[in-house]
Amino acid sequence: MIDRAINSRGFDNFDFRFIGLIFAILGVGVLSIYSVTHDQGVAFPFYAKQLVWIALGTVAFLVMWLSDYHRIARLAYPAYAIILILLIVVLFEGRSSRGAQRWIPMGPFAFQPSEFAKLVLILTLAHYYSEAPRVGWIQRVVLPGLLVLPGLLLILKQPDLGSGLSFMAVYAAMLLMVGMRSKAIGVILLFSLMLFPFAWELMWGSLHDYQRQRIMTFVDPVYDPGGKGYHALQSKIAIGAGELMGKGLYGGTQSQLKFLPEGHTDFVFSVFAEEWGFLGVLVLLILFVALIWLSLEIVARAKDQLGALLAVGIICMLCFCIVINIGMTVGMFPIVGIPLPLMSYGGSATIMTMASLGLLLNIKRRRLSFF
Amino acid sequence: MATAGLHDSELGELQRRLVILRIGLLLVVALLGLRLWHLQIREGPYYRDLSENNRTRSVIVEPARGLIYDRNGILLANNVPSFTLYVSLEDVKDRDLLIEQLSNLLGLDPALIRTKLTARGSKQLPRKVKGRLTLREATLIESHRLDLPGVMVQVESQRNYPGGVTASHLLGYVGEVSSEQLEKPEFADLHQGSIVGQYGVEKFFDRLLRGQAGQKSVEVDAVGHEKQTVVVDQPHAGDNLYLTIDVRLQKAAESLLGEESGAIVALDPRTGDVLAMASRPGFDSNILSRELTPKQWTEIVQDEGRPLNNRASQGQYPPGSVFKVMMAAAALETKTVTPSTSIFCNGGYQFGRRLYHDWKAGGHGSMDLKHALVHSCDVYFYTVGQRMGIETMASFAHQFGLGEETGIELPSERIGIVPSEAWKRKAKNEPWLPGETISASIGQGYVNVTPLQMASLIGTIANDGVTFRPRLVQAVLDRATGELQQRVAAPKRTVQLRPGIIPLIKEALAGVVTEGTATRAKSSLVTIAGKTGTAQVAALRTGPEKDIPKKFRDHAWFVAFAPVEAPTIAVAVLGEHMGHGGSASAPLAKELIETYVRLDHPAPSGVTDGAVTRKADTGGRERDDRSGD
Repeated sequence: MIDRAINSRGFDNFDFRFIGLIFAILGVGVLSIYSVTHDQGVAFPFYAKQLVWIALGTVAFLVMWLSDYHRIARLAYPAYAIILILLIVVLFEGRSSRGAQRWIPMGPFAFQPSEFAKLVLILTLAHYYSEAPRVGWIQRVVLPGLLVLPGLLLILKQPDLGSGLSFMAVYAAMLLMVGMRSKAIGVILLFSLMLFPFAWELMWGSLHDYQRQRIMTFVDPVYDPGGKGYHALQSKIAIGAGELMGKGLYGGTQSQLKFLPEGHTDFVFSVFAEEWGFLGVLVLLILFVALIWLSLEIVARAKDQLGALLAVGIICMLCFCIVINIGMTVGMFPIVGIPLPLMSYGGSATIMTMASLGLLLNIKRRRLSFF
Repeated sequence: MATAGLHDSELGELQRRLVILRIGLLLVVALLGLRLWHLQIREGPYYRDLSENNRTRSVIVEPARGLIYDRNGILLANNVPSFTLYVSLEDVKDRDLLIEQLSNLLGLDPALIRTKLTARGSKQLPRKVKGRLTLREATLIESHRLDLPGVMVQVESQRNYPGGVTASHLLGYVGEVSSEQLEKPEFADLHQGSIVGQYGVEKFFDRLLRGQAGQKSVEVDAVGHEKQTVVVDQPHAGDNLYLTIDVRLQKAAESLLGEESGAIVALDPRTGDVLAMASRPGFDSNILSRELTPKQWTEIVQDEGRPLNNRASQGQYPPGSVFKVMMAAAALETKTVTPSTSIFCNGGYQFGRRLYHDWKAGGHGSMDLKHALVHSCDVYFYTVGQRMGIETMASFAHQFGLGEETGIELPSERIGIVPSEAWKRKAKNEPWLPGETISASIGQGYVNVTPLQMASLIGTIANDGVTFRPRLVQAVLDRATGELQQRVAAPKRTVQLRPGIIPLIKEALAGVVTEGTATRAKSSLVTIAGKTGTAQVAALRTGPEKDIPKKFRDHAWFVAFAPVEAPTIAVAVLGEHMGHGGSASAPLAKELIETYVRLDHPAPSGVTDGAVTRKADTGGRERDDRSGD
């Protein structure tokens, strides 16, 4: 009955701005994808497919927005179990590309479970912390850590370094936001430092050669433009060559002439930066910051811990992907294969991101609680 | 809702911590913004330059090599389109993989491809990996284009010799400039993969034929597809050469030699024009101009017939009795003998403890100079040589152009040997032996000449003592200006002989054909004068000719000119191990001269004029006139 009362307030100004920002960024993304793939010469080019993903994403957004997030959170454990099964399936039945096995083929499309795993993990952790008081570092740190571990290992096994890092980032962020005593933080830091060599060994060993090379040549990509540092250097050239005003739509020679690989996926930001210059980039950054800012408002006004935790998890995941993706295109981070939310081409990522944002708006809508 | 875990205090604390997230987010975004400002504003121009370099590739446009024609405008060397495989190193992502792919597709040795790719040179310029791709190979590469980043197939002109084996030693062949050549200043403007002449006229006149490469800047995408041409620096085609040879005569000379080893040189004595220059065994210029595998090369180089040797200008043989032509002139000029001096030949010449035989057992009887030439009497010339001494012989041999380059425009001409005391001391560090003078006087012993030198020598006699430098190119068409430049034939030297000496020798040489050792050269078409020679290969000979293994048989010489009255052609024939000059070589010379006479030869106007003038000159030539030369 209270639900109904809240619902009756309907669409407000906040929702309008929030949804407006989402579609503005989606539009910029489609434009950039269109720019690099418009002469692809196939019946169903990437930008058209991306429009389909956005349509499906919108459905996911609406579903997540208009359901009750408490009800969704209660499905967290079964959903996590299903995701783990899918992650196992992908290891055996998956479609590989460049040595990584990440996709489950579904007719003409392919489904990437590791993308959805991120959202399911946020739901799981938020549900875990909010369903009962969690006290002591075993309940607060170790048990959720054990929850994260199987998913993380399965993702790293593919290997999908980008999704794996997102997984760890979500865990760390939620841990910090749930709050720990300084002593507990100290213990964790100490353990991490001690475990680091082993973890490094494990991670490094599970990487493919091309991934190791990417990370190694992050230090000096100019060393071999035709080889290992190729992506990083070409991306920096594309962004730098944009200068203040950019080269204009279709004017980006780096991406138009395919020097820049993955221009429609991981490096869509470089395409945008080359064609629209520093001014365009500033506008885009403002759009992203505004979206995150509005999302933080939702956390600040959340009335229950589940909502706040869910929102924090989603925000941290988005921030992590945005920062790492842009950071790698400008040469600040190694290239780890993380798509830019709302902009990079990709069905699973687009649908998952839009579903997450729908959930965020859902939390805002339900900020009035029982009390 | 069952939100049992809802704890107000914790929610509040969580919300207070949001400020960390807010500050963190702003900090990180500020950092990204700073980094972007650095890349796009501060270093923007630098990256803009890099992106321009990225999309433009310099592509060399090879010039069309100059064409080569014979004296009548028959095409001897041209260019045909062919596919060439280039690799642009900048676009190659995985070199080892590319080498493996190319080696699989084209069946090339991976090591060879690697050598081509790692050759020194600018990284911006594409490397040539293989020329003359077959249509099948070109299609194969094109269809795998997407898997082969940096690989380009270009249509280029490829050297082609319509005659194949015809005049191959003369024309030579072309090939890629070698890394040793690239170090030299004359190849400075070339690059790896440039085609240069490696033999013959192609090599000697390479600077004219080569032309100048152009450069094309093309916008390419990351897999090397050409999108559009940005700037074009047009290539300049090489100059066309008009040779002096008559390809009909050249073919005749080559078929006369057939399967035998040897050389035939035909000159126009009035100009030095090389009308034909055949050397056998030969090679196909088309095959040599292709990229041969090391194995194919070894096969050619180790071939016992040494097909790469141009026997006409590089083969050195004792002249045998042909030397007597020079000896006769020297003997008369030095007044060692007069035309009427008679020497008795009893078939041998005793010197010290050794008896020097005449070729005719029993001897020729009493001989004057003319008959000594007609019958090639050895004893007569032993005597003359003994009286003149080796130094006088050497100085006259030099006057006739022996022991020096004829100056033909071909690479690596050999000069032969004119022995003298100084020569022997220098070459062998031994004193000259008197008996060696006797061998030398009939063109044996240390004397060595090339067929070209012999043709020049007989041409000098035919032309009344005036030697012309053998000339291969009569005109050059400058393709830049479209101007046809005639190259003037210039007399090189006049042999210092008193009047009457050469007419006497000519009369004797006519006699050689009418009644002497070369009656098999007698022709019903034209009057021919000549001299036979038989160069000993092995000192000791037993039994009849046919029982001697081929490689120990004598070399057969015949030099000739025709018509006797007003010579227009001088010929030297050398048949390796073909036996006697009179029986083996004389008929070949006769055939060639008859072929020449039968040909209608419309020489280019400039040359004809010169020839007419020369003919007028020779008629009333006196010694006083010659001193001015």
